[in-house]
Amino acid sequence: MSIDFAMVNRTLVVNLEGELDHHTCVEIRQTVDREYQKKRAKNLLFDFANINFMDSSGIGMLMGRYRSVIICGGEIALYNVTPEAEKILAMSGIHKLMKTYASKQEALEALA
Amino acid sequence: MPKRNSMQIQFSSNSLNESFARVAVAAFISQLDPTVEELYDIKMAVSEAVTNSIIHGYDNSEDYEICIKCAYEDGVVSIEVIDYGKGIADIEEAMTALYTTSADEERAGLGFTVMQSMMDEIQVFSEVGNGTTIKMKKSLGV
Repeated sequence: MSIDFAMVNRTLVVNLEGELDHHTCVEIRQTVDREYQKKRAKNLLFDFANINFMDSSGIGMLMGRYRSVIICGGEIALYNVTPEAEKILAMSGIHKLMKTYASKQEALEALA
Repeated sequence: MPKRNSMQIQFSSNSLNESFARVAVAAFISQLDPTVEELYDIKMAVSEAVTNSIIHGYDNSEDYEICIKCAYEDGVVSIEVIDYGKGIADIEEAMTALYTTSADEERAGLGFTVMQSMMDEIQVFSEVGNGTTIKMKKSLGV
């Protein structure tokens, strides 16, 4: 699992590459939270293009980030979601808490 | 394509092995030439079952063993995920969507819901203090 960050205005863009499971989510959670605080970001935007596996641990991780972002008055969003990842996202009902966008551009415009 | 086959693996309850377990099962099932979606569904179900054993059965301790028995016959895949951990007191409650006993960890409480949706059949056998066995079945090519 590798994690890259980019800051666009007050949105922290998180590029995840690899598999989202219980094992990798522990590290993702710590790394993302640290960067979010360090950069004093408001919104969190996840790039799901290179997520090649995800189970319900990924949902738990997203729900946890949602809670902290909401406290800071921000929003959380996803883009480049693959049909495989979409299956569990839809099942969990998490779309009620965070929007999915087709592209980074579209997501950043909506979050601005 | 063989009509019938079986395999068995045993590994430590280390969370690193969640990935090993689902990939090993997927490699075995690949003998049946499943669709990408079928394979992904099975990987998700295995991942959820193994994660439950590690987090709940063994309280995140790496010092125990998890066993997976996998077999297929006439396109029907059966998978058993067995742990020897603390067991489940109330199976019905544990299987309720959004129910979780992990207060400190960020758990969605969707493990059993995912297993039920991805597989055709799921049975849970558990006894407090004596571990948990999850039996799942899925017909391929339906």
